[in-house]
This record gives sequence, C-alpha cells and structure tokens, in this order.
Amino acid sequence: MMRHCCENGASCHHKNPSDQKGKTTRFRVALAGNPNTGKSTLFNALTGLRQHTGNWPGKTVLRAEGTYSFKDVTYTVIDLPGTYSLYSNSADEEVARDYIVFEQPDVTVVVLDATSLERNLNLALQVLEMSERVVVCLNLMDEANRKGIRIDDRKLSSKLGVPVVKTAARDGKGLTELKETVEGVARGHIQTRPFRIRYSDEMEEKIKTIEADIRTIFGNDLPSRWIALRLLDGDPSLTEALKKRIGKEESTDGAIAQPPYPAEA
Amino acid sequence: MEPSLNPLIRPKHNQLDTLASKARSLADPDNRDNMVSSIYKTSRAIVGDVVQYTDRQQRQHSERLDRILTSKIWGYPIMLAMLATVFWLTIAGANVPSSMLAETFAWLEGYITLAFQAVHAPDWLHGLLVLGLYRGISWVVSVMLPPMAIFFPVFALLENFGYLPRVAFNMDRLFKRSGGHGKQSLTMAMGFGCNAAAIMSTRIIESPRERMLAILTNNFVPCNGRWPTLIVLSSLFMAAGVASGLQTFVTAAVVLGIVLFGIVVTLTVSWVLSKTALRGVPTHYTLELPPYRRPKFWNTVIRATLDKSLFVLKRAVIIAAPAGVITWILANLFVGDMSILEHIVAFLDPFARALGLDGYILMAFILGLPANEIVLPILLMGYLSTGAMTEVEDMAALKQIFLDHGWTWLTALNMMLFSLLHYPCGTTLFNIYKETKSPKWTFLAFAIPTGIAIGVTFTVAQVVRGLGWV
Repeated sequence: MMRHCCENGASCHHKNPSDQKGKTTRFRVALAGNPNTGKSTLFNALTGLRQHTGNWPGKTVLRAEGTYSFKDVTYTVIDLPGTYSLYSNSADEEVARDYIVFEQPDVTVVVLDATSLERNLNLALQVLEMSERVVVCLNLMDEANRKGIRIDDRKLSSKLGVPVVKTAARDGKGLTELKETVEGVARGHIQTRPFRIRYSDEMEEKIKTIEADIRTIFGNDLPSRWIALRLLDGDPSLTEALKKRIGKEESTDGAIAQPPYPAEA
Repeated sequence: MEPSLNPLIRPKHNQLDTLASKARSLADPDNRDNMVSSIYKTSRAIVGDVVQYTDRQQRQHSERLDRILTSKIWGYPIMLAMLATVFWLTIAGANVPSSMLAETFAWLEGYITLAFQAVHAPDWLHGLLVLGLYRGISWVVSVMLPPMAIFFPVFALLENFGYLPRVAFNMDRLFKRSGGHGKQSLTMAMGFGCNAAAIMSTRIIESPRERMLAILTNNFVPCNGRWPTLIVLSSLFMAAGVASGLQTFVTAAVVLGIVLFGIVVTLTVSWVLSKTALRGVPTHYTLELPPYRRPKFWNTVIRATLDKSLFVLKRAVIIAAPAGVITWILANLFVGDMSILEHIVAFLDPFARALGLDGYILMAFILGLPANEIVLPILLMGYLSTGAMTEVEDMAALKQIFLDHGWTWLTALNMMLFSLLHYPCGTTLFNIYKETKSPKWTFLAFAIPTGIAIGVTFTVAQVVRGLGWV
C-alpha cells in the first residue's frame, strides 16, 4: 500500500512539475565528473532508490535521469557519462558536452574526487568555460580526510567563482547543503562568476578574433568564448552540432518566412 | 517549402561557414596543446593554493621521481637505458646457464641412447624420439629458458614498480603526432608481454578509429614468444666481429635497436593509416600515473618466472613436441629422392632467399602461426632432421647448426626482422576478429604486417647483398 502511494505521489509530481499557477518551478541539474568520483553514488543518494531512473541509449553511452524534490520543487537530475575531459572526440564526451552547452541545464554540478583534486579540476575548469551556473561538489571527503588531505573549500570557491560543497555521498553527508546550494544557483540567489582560464597571449588574440563573429550568429545563447576555443581546436563535431542547432531555429522560424526564390532555382 | 532557404537563417549558415573557415585558418596543432597545458597549469596552481597534505612524504617521493622519469630531457634517455639494461642483464646472464643446460641435456642423451640400445629399440624409434623429439626439446629449453627466466622477472619488477604508465606518458607525444591515441603506448607496452592480451586491452581507447590503429599496429612490438628468438639470434650472430668484452653490450644494443625499429614501424604505420584509411585527429585523454610502489621482490621474481617463463616454455614444448615429431616424419618420408620436408623447403626456398632467409625459416614461420614460441624450435628440428644431427653441446654447437645451413649475420638479422614484423599469431588474430567483428580488418591485421615484413627483409637483403657486405 505504502509503495503504491509513493508511486502515485511520485508520478503525480512527475506529471505536474509546476505549481498550479502554471509557473514552472522545475529545475534540471546535470551531474558531470570524472569516472569513479562517486558521481553515480551521489546520483542515487540524491534521487533515492525508488525514483524512476531512465536510460537513454545515447548512441553508445547511457545518460541516466532521475528526480528529487526539495522544498516542494522538483529537480530532474541528469547523470552525464563520466569523462576525463569535454573535448569530445569520443561518444561519451560528446553526450556530456552537448548536454551542458546546448541543453543548458539550470545547474551543472561538477563532482570532483577530493583525493585527487588536481586531475579532477581539469574537468571543472572546462565546465566553467561552458556554463555560468555551476556548483562544484567535492566528493569522497571522507577518504580525503583519511589520507590527510585538507582542502580549503572557501578559498577554492572564491578562486573558481562558484559555490563549493563538500560531500561524502556514500554516507549521505553534505547532501542537504548541496541541495540548498543547487537551489540557490538555480533561482539566481547565489551569483556566480565562473573562473575563466587565461590562455597564452597568442591564443587570447585568436579567441578575440573570432569571438565577435560567434556572438553575431548566436547572440548570448551559447558560451561564445568556449565555442571560439573549440573552433580553434578544430573540433569538427562541434561545427556539426552548431549547424544542427541553426537548423532547428530554421525549422521553427522557417514556417513563417517565405522563400525568396524557387527551391530548384 | 524548403526551410533551408529561409532568408533569415540562410545568412546564419553562411556566417557559420565563414566563421568555421576563419577558425580553420587560425587553427594550429599547437592550439590544443596550448589549451591543455594552460588548463593543467591552472589546476596545478589552484590545487597548490587550496590543498594541504598533512601526510606529505609518500606523495613527494612519487612526484620527485616523476619529475625525473617523465622529464622532457631525461624521459627518453632513461627509458632507453632501462630497456638496454634489461637486455644486457638478460643476455649476459643467460649465456652460462644456457650452456650448462645444454651440456646436461647432452649428457643425459648419452644415457637415453644407451637405454634405447639396451632394449634393442628400432633405429627409427630412436630417431623419432631421441634425435627428433628429445633434441628439439632440449635445444628449446636450454636456449629459451635462461633468457626468459631473467627477462620476465626484471620486466615484471619494472612493471610492478609503476614504470610502464610513465613510458606511456613519455611516448604520448609521439603517438599523438602520428595520429594515434596516447593510450596506444599503453597497449603497446602490453604487447611486449602478449599481443593477444594487448588486443583486448585496446578497449581502454574510446575512439573506434584510434582503437583500430592500436589493434593494427600492436604486433610490431615483440611479445613473450618472440623475445627468445630475438635474444638468441642476436647473441649468436650480431656481435661476432666485436672484442669479447663488448659482445654482450653489442648484442643488447642490437635487440634494443630491433625494438626501437618496431616502435618506429608502429608510429609510421599509425601515421600512414591516420592519413588514409583511418583518417582523423587524436583525442585527448587523461592518463593516471599510479603511485610508485616498491615491488615485493621475491614475490614478483618467482611469480614472473613461474607464470611467464614456464608458461611460455610449456606452450613451446607442448606445441613444439608434436611439431618436432611431424617435422621428423616429414624429413624421413621420401618422395622420389627427396624427403617431403625437403620438397616443402625447396618450394619455399627461392622466395625465402630473396628475403635473405631460407626455406626452413619460412616454413618455421608458417608452421609457427599458432604460436610464435614454436618458430625457433621448428626451425631447429627442421635443421636437425636433415642429417646434420648436431648433438646438443653448447651455444657454439647451436651456432654451428645455423652456419652449416649457410647462415650469415644477414640471415639472423632478417629472421629477427621478419619475426618482429610478420603477421600476428593465431590467438592474436582470433582476438582481433572478436574485438573488431570484421573479417576485413582482421585480414588487414594479417596483411599489413606481413607486407611490411616481406618488404623490409627483401630491401635489407638486396641492399646488403648489393653492397657486397655478405
């Protein structure tokens, strides 16, 4: 009986994510991170076991999705494939990248392994280039403590320009704080100023050259600096993705516009 | 209505194309390295600021060592020196026990022959079992066991210490430049042990293109089954004209040279493929350098000896024993005035000669398809079966067998090259098929190395002969 109720409740929530006034208060939270950082543990801890977890066969890799509610608001959590970078030449990195850049979740939580922060920060820095609304989650804090690793989370937060939360997802520690922080960022109560890497003068020059053009095409919809970097890196899959995006705009706007000349001309 | 003709959007498409070509004009292979290294530097700086280690000892040790072992200046020299030392130890150490084993087998053979005579066994039985089987096996054991018993444990010690990921780290740049994946150097390192296992390990490479590169080129590093051939031939033939004190050194240098040549071929083939059939750019990856650990010395040594040396030897003997019997039978069944063996050899000989080899060697490679370990044994049995009947005495006697069949240093060199470059063994090919599920790529994995092996040995033979060096 109990179970039945819960299920009903859950599906109710699912179908009416917004409050009755029609204003959507449903947020999407993406989890990004290196493999083996306890990302999936965190995902499970956040969404709970009874939550619906869907697997989408995203080409070759899977993207898991679940929900939790916090202060009467439903959060959809998207567990992106664990990757070391987001340069996206492999299918799993592409899935993660496209989600963050094109789907633009309300909050992207970067889950870091506190015991090897240096390696993990590489990914965090990449995410900070792609999105404004980021929360850094220092997971595996229990292990880090045991290994005598002390991390100054405030300093890290001020350096990265985004909130940093310490968790030990295995023991469910820090989850409430994480949810609070996610809420704050999602609602815009917490202002972020993501740290942007300064590249060599030569690179910065190149970025400047094409960033303006990117703005002309995409406005502020997409992270122009990041796109500039990717284009300079000669990332063909991104060009494809960008074209597809324009194509989408096309098909929505295109319905109104008249073709200036016959199709076969 | 054709949406792509929308006037509002069409310019966007054009703009994007302009943008892409503009970016392309600014693109530079160094851009990527620049970006990645900026990111890494930043991470390092931030971590230096916000992280404190109350238990610093262990980490510093590893980091200090890494700064040397993976340094831009010292990385390669240290790598080469380590490899050279391993070979030198193997060759210097293997000589004496090899001779001792050979003598023991020869001494035993006398008694076995006496026993055969005592029970009035027929000559053909003595020929088959003693001259064919026993001698073949004794050569294999005395020639292959000592180098393996030294090489494998030493290599295992390096492996357990955590050095191999550093090798991968050092090599990363080379692989990237040749269009492959940095992790290809890891799968290559696995190949030094066993190519068949290394094919499975290419799963760590995410991109199918780069994975295929790793699969197709893995064979160009010598596996367990080929080390003994390389080491034995090198020590017999490659240091002949050198002062005796330097001989071991020269031998080690030759083996090192062969390995380096294999790596050069790996990189070249990767480069050519990534410009043709497997076009594309290398992907980025993060390579985790595990902490250095002091290996449990005896544990490692004993494990490596038992697991690897005896395993390889067992495989060699088990497959070589029936092969020895078959070879002996082929050598003693006559069709016309030549034995079947001689017919086969005579058939292969002209082609083999053009490669600087001979019919026996080529036959050994062909029969050795199931496992590289048995190439040398089959060759020896082939030679022994032709009436040369050299008793197993010492390494000089072994060399005499080869010399009696017209070997020169060119023969030895080309056999080493052919062994290094030729088609993968049956197990490896099977694994390639399982991993790629493609008859076409499996065939290419066979054809590319074989083509290269034939091309290289042919060229070397023609050049050396043309210059009158042999």
